[in-house]
Amino acid sequence: MLEIGQTAPDFTLPGIDGRTYRLQDLLHTHRAVAVIFSCNHCPYVQAWEDRMIALQREYDRRGVVLVAINPNDATRYPEDSFEGMQRRAQERGFNFLYLHDESQAVAHAYGAERTPHVYLLDSQGVLRYRGAIDDNYEHPEAVRHTYLRDAIEAVLSGTTPPVETTPAVGCTIKWRS
Amino acid sequence: MKIQFLFWEECPSHPDAWRRLHEVLDQLGVQAEIERIEITSEDDAQRWHFPGSPTILVNGQDIDPQPQSDARLTCRLYIHEDGRPSPLPSYATIRRAIEAARISER
Repeated sequence: MLEIGQTAPDFTLPGIDGRTYRLQDLLHTHRAVAVIFSCNHCPYVQAWEDRMIALQREYDRRGVVLVAINPNDATRYPEDSFEGMQRRAQERGFNFLYLHDESQAVAHAYGAERTPHVYLLDSQGVLRYRGAIDDNYEHPEAVRHTYLRDAIEAVLSGTTPPVETTPAVGCTIKWRS
Repeated sequence: MKIQFLFWEECPSHPDAWRRLHEVLDQLGVQAEIERIEITSEDDAQRWHFPGSPTILVNGQDIDPQPQSDARLTCRLYIHEDGRPSPLPSYATIRRAIEAARISER
């Protein structure tokens, strides 16, 4: 698994908007990149989606981009297909990038295990936070620790995130058998 | 009353759902026989018509019936009364199912 302080592997993946995105390009144009392994069908992801949208809305103007990557095997979970991703993004009004890791190579390279699983990178591509978005998937109003938000603020201010790793809480990635 | 608690170990919601189920039973003062059933394979999922973890059956009835759900190994999506998605059934959903079973047993 990618560890804190390590440089994240580069990737080039197709987005639901028909464009292809390369991590190195995103790093050149942003102050931080939050890679979030994600999918459509997982209830944990769905429970956190509104907060992902809110984070992107809030931090867009400060040079932060959220990059959701769906690595799930769509042959076993058809709603996680590329077309399903496009539908979900349109229905839910995603304002963050949503990329398809069909080969699952990127998820393997990062050591991702669950959806959602956050990897916050600084502008050099160095991993600064890994884990959950916050500490309460079910009740946004009861969140006590906003791990990702706190880590973004730390990266933007050039300091160390108060919490650098937390366990990812969510569905297991559906690997190809 | 017989309750079957079906779960898949890889989905982390089942301990919270188990606790929630017991809290509701305690609140209602209901004594129930609870069977824990671990679903470990796609074959198991098919055999039990398991739409995801956790699934709770009260006297054989799903507490949140979903007519067109596929059987498979995954975390189950519940939609709460306020419209929010969750990997856990709400207290109200569990309570409704147990109260309905209690009435039907009278």
